[in-house]
Amino acid sequence: MARMVVDPITRIEGHLRVEAQVDGGKISDAWSSGTMFRGIELIVRGRDPREAWLWTQRICAVCTMVHALASVRAVENALDIEVPNNARLVRNLISASQYIHDHIIHFYHLHALDWVDITGALKADPAKTSQLAQSISEWPVSSTVYFKGVQDRVKTLVESRQLSLFTSGYWGHPAYHLPPEVDLLAVAHYLQALEFQREFIRIHAVLGGKNPHLQSYLVGGMSTAIDPNWPDAPLNPERLDFIAQVAGTAKNFVDQVLIPDVLAVAGFYRDWFGLGAGPGNYLSYGAFPQGRIQDTARYFMPRGFILNNDLSKVYPVDPGKVAEYVTHSWYEYGEGNNVSLPPAKGETNPKYSGPKPPYEFLDVEAKYSWLKAPRYDDHVMEVGPLSRVLVAYASGQPEVKTMVDGVLAKLNAPATALFSTLGRIAARALETQLLANHIVGWIEELRDSMGHGDLRMHNGDKWDPETWPRAAQGYGLFEAPRGSLGHWVEIEDTLIKNYQIVVPSTWNAGPRDGKGQRGPYETALLKTPIADPERPLEVLRTIHSFDPCLACAVHVVDARGRTYARREI
Amino acid sequence: MPPLDQDLSRALENRGVSRRDFLEFCSLMVATLALPTRYVDKVVAALSQPQKPVLVWLEFQDCAGNTESMLRSSHPSVADVVLDLLSWEYHETIMSGAGKQAEAALQRVVKEEKGKYIAVVEGAIPTADDGVYCTIAGRTALDIAREVCSNSAANIAVGACAWDGGLVRANPNPTGALGLEEAVPGVPVVNLGGCPHNVANTAAVLVHYLTFHEMPALDQYNRPLFAYGAIIHDQCERRAHYDAGRFVEEWGDEGSRKGWCLYKMGCKGPVATYNCPSVRWNDGTSWPVKAGHGCIACAAHRFWDWSSPFYKRLPKVPGFGVDVTAEKIGWGVVGVVAGVTAAHAVGSVIRANASKLDNQKEGGPKEDSKPASPEA
Repeated sequence: MARMVVDPITRIEGHLRVEAQVDGGKISDAWSSGTMFRGIELIVRGRDPREAWLWTQRICAVCTMVHALASVRAVENALDIEVPNNARLVRNLISASQYIHDHIIHFYHLHALDWVDITGALKADPAKTSQLAQSISEWPVSSTVYFKGVQDRVKTLVESRQLSLFTSGYWGHPAYHLPPEVDLLAVAHYLQALEFQREFIRIHAVLGGKNPHLQSYLVGGMSTAIDPNWPDAPLNPERLDFIAQVAGTAKNFVDQVLIPDVLAVAGFYRDWFGLGAGPGNYLSYGAFPQGRIQDTARYFMPRGFILNNDLSKVYPVDPGKVAEYVTHSWYEYGEGNNVSLPPAKGETNPKYSGPKPPYEFLDVEAKYSWLKAPRYDDHVMEVGPLSRVLVAYASGQPEVKTMVDGVLAKLNAPATALFSTLGRIAARALETQLLANHIVGWIEELRDSMGHGDLRMHNGDKWDPETWPRAAQGYGLFEAPRGSLGHWVEIEDTLIKNYQIVVPSTWNAGPRDGKGQRGPYETALLKTPIADPERPLEVLRTIHSFDPCLACAVHVVDARGRTYARREI
Repeated sequence: MPPLDQDLSRALENRGVSRRDFLEFCSLMVATLALPTRYVDKVVAALSQPQKPVLVWLEFQDCAGNTESMLRSSHPSVADVVLDLLSWEYHETIMSGAGKQAEAALQRVVKEEKGKYIAVVEGAIPTADDGVYCTIAGRTALDIAREVCSNSAANIAVGACAWDGGLVRANPNPTGALGLEEAVPGVPVVNLGGCPHNVANTAAVLVHYLTFHEMPALDQYNRPLFAYGAIIHDQCERRAHYDAGRFVEEWGDEGSRKGWCLYKMGCKGPVATYNCPSVRWNDGTSWPVKAGHGCIACAAHRFWDWSSPFYKRLPKVPGFGVDVTAEKIGWGVVGVVAGVTAAHAVGSVIRANASKLDNQKEGGPKEDSKPASPEA
């Protein structure tokens, strides 16, 4: 029996540590710990709620824009502001391009090296790689000469003995078993995806001024005014043509590179359809409104949750049932250690009680993380692409149903195989394809709207704080690429009185709760085989399949009981 | 330009970089840094050394915004930077190894490349409560920064948080967060502020350093003048509307649609310096003002505390077309008067710097490679 520590877990955003107990070559217990804390909710207190999105967006830039959107929605909800249809469309377009961009980076740059041995690529036959590539995809960049060039580049890197980013990888680990040709194909696409993501995200530059950290949101709409007749309008026919052209490239890349690669890799690691299952409960707040935000039934990705892996029933979501425990988190509640509190009544004092750094192990019997443990009606919930796809599948969303059934047929796997490490990867790829199928159409919708003379991009009825009630409360929900995200805001005398955020990776990476229930990462690691505890490749596979974002997960503080004066400058 | 010699051609070929792409990149860097064109050769030679310089990228209280910005690098592409120009041996967000192997890679660099490697820092460093608000492999951020940044050849703080503590340090600064040069006093730091940094500038600084073995001309905040010397308002594409008195009065109004000046909507362009309007973002595609939103002065010192409320109009500027007054008032507000004069010196300082190097004979004595010390 050995205690294994992986810190830092790399190829994620933020600072995550995993400790695991290994018995007989398998993980028998695991603890997930967030090791960084900033306190952003505290920092936004006393500020103008109209600018909260600029602050909270900085929670994370890998998930850039997601907190901006949840924030403006929370304030709009509190002040009863409805945004114009054009603003809804621009927001959906920004979100959809974020999904596509983020999911592609995740697969190639944050996750692929858990399955792909770069040094394996050196043994590949470029001609066979070319044949393989052409047999699974129409993607034109697939000649023998091309793959030979990529192989030579890897060879030079390895021979230089300066491996750069690949210096510390687990090359030659026994858990790698792709044929060398698939290794080479994946390495080539790792490099191509770097180019693709850079070009594709220019959509965000048009719609948001820059990426990361877009700067075009407004409470009440967007700053990207639209006008068919003015060349200097932030959005005009020329700019829409440009983003439509860029968006169009996503469909080719996803259909011809991402999906074939995911299927090719998955085919060689089928045992991972039986590993990495989470708690079996899946939550989705729903995303991409197709009409008014209140009309949740018309969301493109539906809202709902599933319990105990039962796909025959989807339950309606009541945001009032979200509550957080701090039993094993470095915070204190006034009412004691074992209660949970809803975000609207969040009460937290950061209080570190872990070992004094530098330390070797955490005291996992006591508090061991900067993450809280959010629960829905006391259920542990997994969130993310798998949850969204399962909720859509179980709700009978026809397009999702067709796609999921198609992939399962290709992989010759039952729907239950999705409750796994590979299931998360497959669901993320399918969701990318789903949005790549729709993004161009949504740009056309915006163009139609402009063509029909609807130029409204902002509702300014309540921009002036003098129009606001003395006190107001609201929440904004969104499905970030990594899962369910909620912002809760309390406004008093035109300023933020309290602000609470419950984010995807807090759901997934959180520690045990007051009832001793493990968080999703902790559950998913159970029974994972470990070939070599010194080189924890298998741990990375399952943890990365969730696409962790720890900067998001750890930001929470509400200083009830602590008083900070807002310094006037 | 003389033809490349055989060794260089081979070196490039070995790295999988096409000669044409490489030369194009070198020329672009020379232009960005405002160096005379004869420096292309010098840049080319410096970047084609067989042994690549080692770089480590540390992340502390960050959002990975500067990492993401780096991934958007187009000239050079990020693959060229991390695989060909430098040996990028530690960077949590994108490196292959984790846990012990990752930390061993960092330790190897600190010991075996002592005094030779470049350290890039992203994120603030918490100093309250013994630094417990950020630990990596059980060590505090402060502990790691002290070790890594005092053994390096050069330190580059990217983004607002690593420069001055950024958002994490904004009032009430719950974790006692500081930027690198305050958290680890005494180590030389070049600051590339911005939220996030613009990778075009960072790439130019890296190339300058690799070419001349010293940092480009710096301002009183140790920021490269070529990027931080000019006022945004002076470079703004909407400036003519300001001078003509055409302002956006309400979001979504006629002025918004016609691209008029955002001053009345709280734009901080008149008091902010950065090359954002000219370099722009994402391969020069756009910048916030072009998307219809005011500047928030994200490249200014401690901007989170003084630039918010972001929608509050800057102090009254009497009349139209009186931009000089706007600047005076603006600079008074932020208390960075020195920056104005520095702004006008940009071009000449960089050119002077370049000509000093030009006068050096091959193998002659090196210029003092210490970055300029802060004047303010």
